[in-house]
Amino acid sequence: MHAVLIRRFIEATQNVFGTMVGTNVTFGTPGPTGRDPVEADVSGIIGFSGDVAGAAVIRFPMATALGVVEALCGEAFGGESEDFSDAIGEIANMICGNAKSSLDGANVSISCPQVVLGKDHKVQRPSDAVSITIPCETPHGIFVIEVSVRAAAKASAARDQVTPAAAS
Amino acid sequence: MRVMLIDDSKTIRRIQRSILEQLGYTEIEEACDGQDALSRVAAFQPTLILLDWNMPNMDGITFLKAFRQRDTTTPVIMVTTESEKTRVIEAIRAGVNNYVVKPFTPDLLQQRIKETLERTTAKA
Repeated sequence: MHAVLIRRFIEATQNVFGTMVGTNVTFGTPGPTGRDPVEADVSGIIGFSGDVAGAAVIRFPMATALGVVEALCGEAFGGESEDFSDAIGEIANMICGNAKSSLDGANVSISCPQVVLGKDHKVQRPSDAVSITIPCETPHGIFVIEVSVRAAAKASAARDQVTPAAAS
Repeated sequence: MRVMLIDDSKTIRRIQRSILEQLGYTEIEEACDGQDALSRVAAFQPTLILLDWNMPNMDGITFLKAFRQRDTTTPVIMVTTESEKTRVIEAIRAGVNNYVVKPFTPDLLQQRIKETLERTTAKA
Protein backbone atom coordinates (compact mmCIF):
# COMPACT_ATOMS: atom_id res chain seq x y z
CA MET A 1 0.00 0.00 0.00
CA HIS A 2 2.79 2.46 0.83
CA ALA A 3 4.34 2.32 -2.63
CA VAL A 4 0.93 2.77 -4.25
CA LEU A 5 0.09 5.65 -1.93
CA ILE A 6 3.38 7.44 -2.66
CA ARG A 7 2.81 6.99 -6.40
CA ARG A 8 -0.71 8.45 -6.01
CA PHE A 9 0.68 11.45 -4.13
CA ILE A 10 3.21 12.10 -6.90
CA GLU A 11 0.50 11.89 -9.57
CA ALA A 12 -1.84 14.09 -7.53
CA THR A 13 0.86 16.73 -6.99
CA GLN A 14 1.65 16.80 -10.69
CA ASN A 15 -2.07 17.11 -11.46
CA VAL A 16 -2.73 19.92 -8.98
CA PHE A 17 0.33 21.96 -9.93
CA GLY A 18 -0.17 21.40 -13.67
CA THR A 19 -3.86 22.33 -13.55
CA MET A 20 -4.11 25.07 -10.93
CA VAL A 21 -0.59 26.50 -10.49
CA GLY A 22 0.47 26.24 -14.13
CA THR A 23 3.84 24.61 -13.50
CA ASN A 24 5.39 21.17 -13.74
CA VAL A 25 6.88 19.46 -10.72
CA THR A 26 9.98 17.28 -10.86
CA PHE A 27 10.35 14.67 -8.14
CA GLY A 28 13.41 13.35 -6.37
CA THR A 29 13.61 9.81 -5.05
CA PRO A 30 11.16 9.22 -2.18
CA GLY A 31 12.80 7.88 0.97
CA PRO A 32 12.26 7.44 4.71
CA THR A 33 11.69 10.74 6.44
CA GLY A 34 14.85 11.76 8.23
CA ARG A 35 16.77 14.96 8.37
CA ASP A 36 14.71 17.66 6.66
CA PRO A 37 15.92 18.33 3.09
CA VAL A 38 14.28 21.77 3.25
CA GLU A 39 13.97 24.43 5.92
CA ALA A 40 10.20 24.62 6.02
CA ASP A 41 8.54 27.89 6.98
CA VAL A 42 5.01 26.89 5.92
CA SER A 43 3.28 23.51 6.21
CA GLY A 44 -0.14 22.39 4.98
CA ILE A 45 -1.38 19.38 6.96
CA ILE A 46 -4.17 16.94 6.10
CA GLY A 47 -5.11 13.92 8.20
CA PHE A 48 -6.66 10.85 6.64
CA SER A 49 -8.55 8.01 8.28
CA GLY A 50 -10.30 4.79 7.32
CA ASP A 51 -8.65 1.96 5.36
CA VAL A 52 -5.53 4.11 5.12
CA ALA A 53 -4.80 6.25 8.17
CA GLY A 54 -2.18 8.88 8.76
CA ALA A 55 -1.34 12.34 7.53
CA ALA A 56 0.31 14.22 4.72
CA VAL A 57 2.37 17.33 5.40
CA ILE A 58 3.35 19.55 2.50
CA ARG A 59 6.32 21.65 3.62
CA PHE A 60 7.52 24.77 1.85
CA PRO A 61 10.33 27.25 2.36
CA MET A 62 8.69 30.71 2.39
CA ALA A 63 10.12 31.77 -0.98
CA THR A 64 8.65 28.70 -2.69
CA ALA A 65 5.29 29.11 -0.97
CA LEU A 66 5.00 32.79 -1.92
CA GLY A 67 5.66 31.98 -5.59
CA VAL A 68 3.27 29.04 -5.67
CA VAL A 69 0.46 31.01 -4.00
CA GLU A 70 0.92 33.94 -6.39
CA ALA A 71 0.72 31.57 -9.37
CA LEU A 72 -2.39 29.85 -7.96
CA CYS A 73 -4.28 33.02 -7.02
CA GLY A 74 -3.06 35.38 -9.73
CA GLU A 75 -1.97 37.91 -7.12
CA ALA A 76 0.73 38.15 -4.46
CA PHE A 77 -0.02 37.87 -0.74
CA GLY A 78 2.24 38.40 2.24
CA GLY A 79 3.33 35.32 4.15
CA GLU A 80 1.31 36.28 7.21
CA SER A 81 -1.98 37.04 5.46
CA GLU A 82 -5.05 34.83 5.83
CA ASP A 83 -5.30 34.57 2.05
CA PHE A 84 -1.81 33.08 1.91
CA SER A 85 -2.58 30.44 4.57
CA ASP A 86 -5.89 29.61 2.91
CA ALA A 87 -4.16 29.01 -0.41
CA ILE A 88 -1.53 26.71 1.17
CA GLY A 89 -4.34 24.78 2.89
CA GLU A 90 -6.23 24.42 -0.37
CA ILE A 91 -3.14 23.12 -2.20
CA ALA A 92 -2.72 20.49 0.53
CA ASN A 93 -6.43 19.68 0.36
CA MET A 94 -6.42 19.18 -3.41
CA ILE A 95 -3.26 17.04 -3.40
CA CYS A 96 -4.50 14.78 -0.59
CA GLY A 97 -8.06 14.61 -1.91
CA ASN A 98 -6.81 13.72 -5.36
CA ALA A 99 -4.40 11.09 -4.01
CA LYS A 100 -6.99 9.38 -1.81
CA SER A 101 -9.63 9.39 -4.56
CA SER A 102 -7.31 7.38 -6.78
CA LEU A 103 -6.96 4.60 -4.19
CA ASP A 104 -9.54 2.39 -5.88
CA GLY A 105 -11.87 0.63 -3.50
CA ALA A 106 -10.33 2.04 -0.33
CA ASN A 107 -12.61 3.84 2.11
CA VAL A 108 -10.62 6.90 3.18
CA SER A 109 -11.76 10.22 4.63
CA ILE A 110 -9.64 13.36 4.82
CA SER A 111 -9.69 16.19 7.36
CA CYS A 112 -10.00 19.89 6.66
CA PRO A 113 -6.53 21.40 6.16
CA GLN A 114 -4.43 22.98 8.89
CA VAL A 115 -1.60 25.38 8.11
CA VAL A 116 1.44 25.96 10.30
CA LEU A 117 3.72 28.99 9.90
CA GLY A 118 7.09 29.42 11.58
CA LYS A 119 10.71 29.75 10.51
CA ASP A 120 12.22 26.28 10.04
CA HIS A 121 9.50 24.64 12.16
CA LYS A 122 9.10 20.89 12.70
CA VAL A 123 5.91 18.81 12.56
CA GLN A 124 5.79 15.92 15.02
CA ARG A 125 4.69 12.63 13.48
CA PRO A 126 3.00 9.71 15.26
CA SER A 127 5.80 7.48 16.61
CA ASP A 128 4.23 4.31 15.17
CA ALA A 129 3.79 5.68 11.66
CA VAL A 130 5.91 4.87 8.63
CA SER A 131 6.87 8.18 7.07
CA ILE A 132 8.12 8.77 3.53
CA THR A 133 9.44 12.07 2.18
CA ILE A 134 8.95 13.00 -1.47
CA PRO A 135 11.34 15.78 -2.62
CA CYS A 136 9.71 18.15 -5.15
CA GLU A 137 11.02 20.96 -7.30
CA THR A 138 9.14 23.63 -9.25
CA PRO A 139 10.23 26.82 -11.02
CA HIS A 140 9.17 28.56 -7.79
CA GLY A 141 11.61 26.50 -5.69
CA ILE A 142 11.79 23.26 -3.77
CA PHE A 143 9.35 21.74 -1.28
CA VAL A 144 8.67 18.31 0.22
CA ILE A 145 5.68 16.09 0.86
CA GLU A 146 5.80 13.86 3.92
CA VAL A 147 3.32 11.00 3.95
CA SER A 148 2.92 9.16 7.26
CA VAL A 149 0.84 6.00 7.34
CA ARG A 150 -0.39 4.04 10.35
CA ALA A 151 -2.12 0.69 10.61
CA ALA A 152 -5.85 1.03 9.86
CA ALA A 153 -6.83 -0.40 13.25
CA LYS A 154 -5.30 2.65 14.87
CA ALA A 155 -6.85 4.98 12.36
CA SER A 156 -9.22 7.04 14.41
CA ALA A 157 -6.67 9.05 16.32
CA ALA A 158 -4.12 9.42 13.55
CA ARG A 159 -4.88 12.91 12.36
CA ASP A 160 -5.14 14.20 15.93
CA GLN A 161 -1.64 12.99 16.71
CA VAL A 162 0.07 14.94 13.98
CA THR A 163 0.62 18.23 15.74
CA PRO A 164 2.92 21.11 15.05
CA ALA A 165 5.93 21.40 17.34
CA ALA A 166 7.44 24.69 18.37
CA ALA A 167 9.49 26.49 15.77
CA SER A 168 13.16 25.82 16.17
CA MET B 1 -28.13 35.42 -12.97
CA ARG B 2 -27.32 35.03 -9.27
CA VAL B 3 -24.63 32.52 -8.31
CA MET B 4 -23.89 31.29 -4.79
CA LEU B 5 -20.37 29.95 -4.11
CA ILE B 6 -20.17 27.62 -1.10
CA ASP B 7 -16.61 26.63 -0.19
CA ASP B 8 -14.58 26.99 3.00
CA SER B 9 -11.55 28.00 0.91
CA LYS B 10 -11.44 31.68 0.03
CA THR B 11 -8.86 30.76 -2.61
CA ILE B 12 -11.31 28.52 -4.45
CA ARG B 13 -14.12 31.08 -4.13
CA ARG B 14 -11.80 33.72 -5.59
CA ILE B 15 -10.88 31.48 -8.55
CA GLN B 16 -14.55 30.59 -9.15
CA ARG B 17 -15.60 34.24 -8.92
CA SER B 18 -12.99 35.19 -11.52
CA ILE B 19 -14.23 32.47 -13.89
CA LEU B 20 -17.87 33.53 -13.41
CA GLU B 21 -17.03 37.17 -14.02
CA GLN B 22 -15.34 36.17 -17.29
CA LEU B 23 -18.66 34.56 -18.23
CA GLY B 24 -20.43 37.84 -17.44
CA TYR B 25 -21.96 36.83 -14.10
CA THR B 26 -21.42 39.53 -11.52
CA GLU B 27 -24.19 38.91 -8.98
CA ILE B 28 -22.27 36.51 -6.75
CA GLU B 29 -22.77 35.58 -3.10
CA GLU B 30 -20.16 33.66 -1.09
CA ALA B 31 -20.73 31.29 1.86
CA CYS B 32 -17.96 29.61 3.85
CA ASP B 33 -19.82 26.38 4.76
CA GLY B 34 -23.21 24.67 4.48
CA GLN B 35 -24.59 26.30 7.60
CA ASP B 36 -23.63 29.77 6.42
CA ALA B 37 -25.19 29.03 3.03
CA LEU B 38 -28.45 27.69 4.50
CA SER B 39 -28.88 30.84 6.54
CA ARG B 40 -28.57 33.06 3.45
CA VAL B 41 -29.78 31.06 0.46
CA ALA B 42 -33.48 31.98 0.76
CA ALA B 43 -32.76 35.70 0.83
CA PHE B 44 -30.28 35.55 -2.08
CA GLN B 45 -32.40 33.19 -4.25
CA PRO B 46 -29.55 31.94 -6.46
CA THR B 47 -30.11 30.70 -9.99
CA LEU B 48 -27.00 28.49 -9.70
CA ILE B 49 -25.01 27.06 -6.77
CA LEU B 50 -21.38 25.84 -6.80
CA LEU B 51 -20.96 23.59 -3.75
CA ASP B 52 -17.89 22.09 -2.07
CA TRP B 53 -18.23 18.76 -0.23
CA ASN B 54 -15.74 18.83 2.67
CA MET B 55 -16.34 21.85 4.87
CA PRO B 56 -16.42 22.50 8.63
CA ASN B 57 -19.72 23.01 10.53
CA MET B 58 -21.92 21.60 7.74
CA ASP B 59 -20.60 19.71 4.74
CA GLY B 60 -21.89 20.06 1.20
CA ILE B 61 -23.95 16.88 1.07
CA THR B 62 -25.80 17.81 4.29
CA PHE B 63 -26.49 21.27 2.89
CA LEU B 64 -27.73 19.77 -0.37
CA LYS B 65 -30.18 17.40 1.35
CA ALA B 66 -31.59 20.25 3.45
CA PHE B 67 -31.73 22.61 0.47
CA ARG B 68 -33.52 20.10 -1.75
CA GLN B 69 -36.34 19.79 0.80
CA ARG B 70 -37.28 23.38 0.04
CA ASP B 71 -35.97 23.81 -3.52
CA THR B 72 -35.95 21.04 -6.11
CA THR B 73 -35.17 23.10 -9.19
CA THR B 74 -32.19 25.44 -8.63
CA PRO B 75 -29.20 23.73 -10.27
CA VAL B 76 -26.31 22.72 -8.01
CA ILE B 77 -22.81 21.83 -9.26
CA MET B 78 -20.67 19.94 -6.76
CA VAL B 79 -17.02 21.13 -6.98
CA THR B 80 -14.90 18.85 -4.82
CA THR B 81 -11.84 16.63 -4.48
CA GLU B 82 -14.21 13.70 -3.82
CA SER B 83 -14.17 11.74 -7.06
CA GLU B 84 -14.88 8.14 -6.02
CA LYS B 85 -17.84 6.57 -7.83
CA THR B 86 -19.70 5.98 -4.55
CA ARG B 87 -19.42 9.68 -3.66
CA VAL B 88 -20.62 10.82 -7.09
CA ILE B 89 -23.64 8.48 -6.83
CA GLU B 90 -24.38 9.76 -3.31
CA ALA B 91 -24.30 13.34 -4.58
CA ILE B 92 -26.58 12.58 -7.55
CA ARG B 93 -29.06 10.84 -5.24
CA ALA B 94 -29.02 13.90 -2.97
CA GLY B 95 -29.95 16.10 -5.94
CA VAL B 96 -26.78 17.46 -7.49
CA ASN B 97 -27.08 18.43 -11.18
CA ASN B 98 -23.44 18.29 -12.25
CA TYR B 99 -20.02 17.44 -10.85
CA VAL B 100 -16.53 18.97 -11.12
CA VAL B 101 -13.48 17.36 -9.53
CA LYS B 102 -10.76 19.61 -8.10
CA PRO B 103 -8.27 20.48 -9.49
CA PHE B 104 -10.17 22.01 -12.41
CA THR B 105 -9.25 24.26 -15.32
CA PRO B 106 -11.24 27.44 -15.98
CA ASP B 107 -12.39 25.88 -19.27
CA LEU B 108 -13.78 22.80 -17.54
CA LEU B 109 -15.72 24.78 -14.94
CA GLN B 110 -17.09 27.12 -17.62
CA GLN B 111 -18.17 24.12 -19.69
CA ARG B 112 -19.95 22.47 -16.72
CA ILE B 113 -21.71 25.73 -15.84
CA LYS B 114 -22.91 26.23 -19.41
CA GLU B 115 -24.17 22.66 -19.86
CA THR B 116 -25.91 22.72 -16.48
CA LEU B 117 -27.72 25.96 -17.27
CA GLU B 118 -28.64 24.72 -20.77
CA ARG B 119 -30.14 21.53 -19.31
CA THR B 120 -32.08 23.51 -16.72
CA THR B 121 -33.42 25.91 -19.36
CA ALA B 122 -34.43 23.02 -21.61
CA LYS B 123 -36.40 21.40 -18.77
CA ALA B 124 -38.25 24.63 -17.90
